[in-house]
Amino acid sequence: MSNILEVKNLTKEFKSSSRIGEAKSLVKAVSGISFELKEGESLGLVGESGCGKSTTGRMIAKLLDPTDGQIFFNGQDISKFSEKQMKPIRGDIQMIFQDPFSALNPRQTVGSIIGMPFTVNKIVPKQGLKTKVQELLELVGLNPEHYNRFPHEFSGGQRQRIGIARAIALNPKLIVCDEPVSALDVSIQAQILNLLNDLRKELNLSLVFIAHDLAVVRNFCDRVAVMYLGKLVEVSSADEIFNHAHHPYTKALLSAVPAVNPLNKKSERIHLSGDVPSPIDPPSGCRFRTRCWKAQEVCATTPPALLQVGKSSVACHFPE
Amino acid sequence: MSTFLEVRDLKVDFPVEDGVVHAVNGLSFKLEQGKSLGIVGESGSGKSVTSLAIMGLLKESSAIVSGEILLDGQDLVAASESDMRKLRGTKASMIFQDSLAALHPYFRVGKQIAEVYKSHNKVSKADAKKRAIEMLDLVGIPQPDKRFNDYPHQFSGGMRQRVMIAMALSCNPKLLIADEPTTALDVTVQAQILELLKSIQKQFGTSVILITHDLGVISEFADDVLVMYAGRAVETGSVVDVLTKPQHPYSWGLLSSIPTLETTINKFHSISGTPPSMLNLASGCAFEPRCEFKSSVPGGKCASNIPDLIETSPNHQSRCYLDTAQRANLLTPPEFSVQK
Repeated sequence: MSNILEVKNLTKEFKSSSRIGEAKSLVKAVSGISFELKEGESLGLVGESGCGKSTTGRMIAKLLDPTDGQIFFNGQDISKFSEKQMKPIRGDIQMIFQDPFSALNPRQTVGSIIGMPFTVNKIVPKQGLKTKVQELLELVGLNPEHYNRFPHEFSGGQRQRIGIARAIALNPKLIVCDEPVSALDVSIQAQILNLLNDLRKELNLSLVFIAHDLAVVRNFCDRVAVMYLGKLVEVSSADEIFNHAHHPYTKALLSAVPAVNPLNKKSERIHLSGDVPSPIDPPSGCRFRTRCWKAQEVCATTPPALLQVGKSSVACHFPE
Repeated sequence: MSTFLEVRDLKVDFPVEDGVVHAVNGLSFKLEQGKSLGIVGESGSGKSVTSLAIMGLLKESSAIVSGEILLDGQDLVAASESDMRKLRGTKASMIFQDSLAALHPYFRVGKQIAEVYKSHNKVSKADAKKRAIEMLDLVGIPQPDKRFNDYPHQFSGGMRQRVMIAMALSCNPKLLIADEPTTALDVTVQAQILELLKSIQKQFGTSVILITHDLGVISEFADDVLVMYAGRAVETGSVVDVLTKPQHPYSWGLLSSIPTLETTINKFHSISGTPPSMLNLASGCAFEPRCEFKSSVPGGKCASNIPDLIETSPNHQSRCYLDTAQRANLLTPPEFSVQK
């Protein structure tokens, strides 16, 4: 299978607002990450808040321009594309957002929200816009009769379905899902995940699935990339990550997830002390070293490269 | 051990324009001194309203509270506002989900903690400050004497949650209500905060009510668990009993629908439909419209009558008409508890 997406050395730095008399500082949100996504695959992007996973997702969808690096979509570098150049590709890369309440315009009907991709791109579906939108509503498990309703008339789970219908309207090849289920209750979460899974198979979608819930990623994604403070620390298949994690951070992250089964209490939990350092002034060398129990001198001087360890790619001087 | 908190037939109604929202409909539970109770449920199930009712934080003008809440023998539903003021902080305290919203942005955190201590104890300003620094130290904030003078925005989310815990515990309350204390935090920080709450509970013998939607957190932290649906308890029991041998179709559905690290499933079990509106509650079991097993109960009883909370095994109750034999046939235990 060919790579639908390839990201090389992707970097994003934001200028932070400065106070009077202070120099502007750079927030290093994403610092040179590279990965690829095969056609039909779903890649989970996990990490704690502030690790740059959402920024990465937004750069892939070209909602943010990268500071440096390349994004190859179907072999074509889109990282420096202008709005105009992007226009024909926009339909192929879509996004689903976390908050189904703010992602939908409250003053538009569901029909016009889902029909918007067609209107904007001046596409007239052959069966007519209304019929097409109603087909989409049915595809995501909503009543086509609700075409004229407004977003506030729907529950959170239903709104997320509307967001999904809008994202798949133009038959995209790649969808970036930014925490699509974290605002939903567990029983609804399962419905949405099942829907995404069905659509993925039906429409042969490739997914970049951004989440902080490791259990969801475990059960939903083929491959997982773990991020820490703007860097990739480990990339591997989901089975490999969850059964044989190599990077200390991945291990700590997994051990912090509370087990639901009370009979299966984790024997020893790895406690990470402190918080994630500021991305304005990240630690030298390995960015995880300030919280790592294996850190040695070399970790402070040389940033570890993402290297093959077993079946995984790991960025650590002392992988397990 | 003695019962420290007893809630009997608690009802909370909110009159609104379209009618009355029945947020809590006859909830009863007991909590022993030094024990922890987890309350789980989806949004709108009434778990937060219950905790606000215990703390007397529901406005009389907007909510109608009935039933009994006995804290250390004192009925809180009938208590006056001035009695409640004395009691909040000293007997019962609460920590909230969003620590940024719960702390005052204009005041230094140390001052906010000292204020609680001073209003309940006749102490000098200097003593109150000493107490605040002591509390900050207890919850694991480095350099507490320096951080005393910081503002809430200068703390990270996890540190702010620690400040909230310090504030809640400054007058040694016997009951701590934690409403989604770790929901806004990352897993690694969540683990730190849960560990802190556990050690504090052990040290001071505090009873804790932990409200959350995360069954993993309940499993790690609580002794007993109460599953709420549409303002009622649908199942109660010890954590091990409820999480590994759920007896109510809702708890079973909930447990089967959560992805865990131990399982790999392609198709998630999902409970169809959505929770009911609390405006017009059905006359029968509130879960009936979503229940897969309603046809197993003869005579459509589920739709017409609300089942009682029935003991299915010692200390384990479920609000369902299915009898023991039917349950054994129909309810398969959640996948994670089968896999060993």
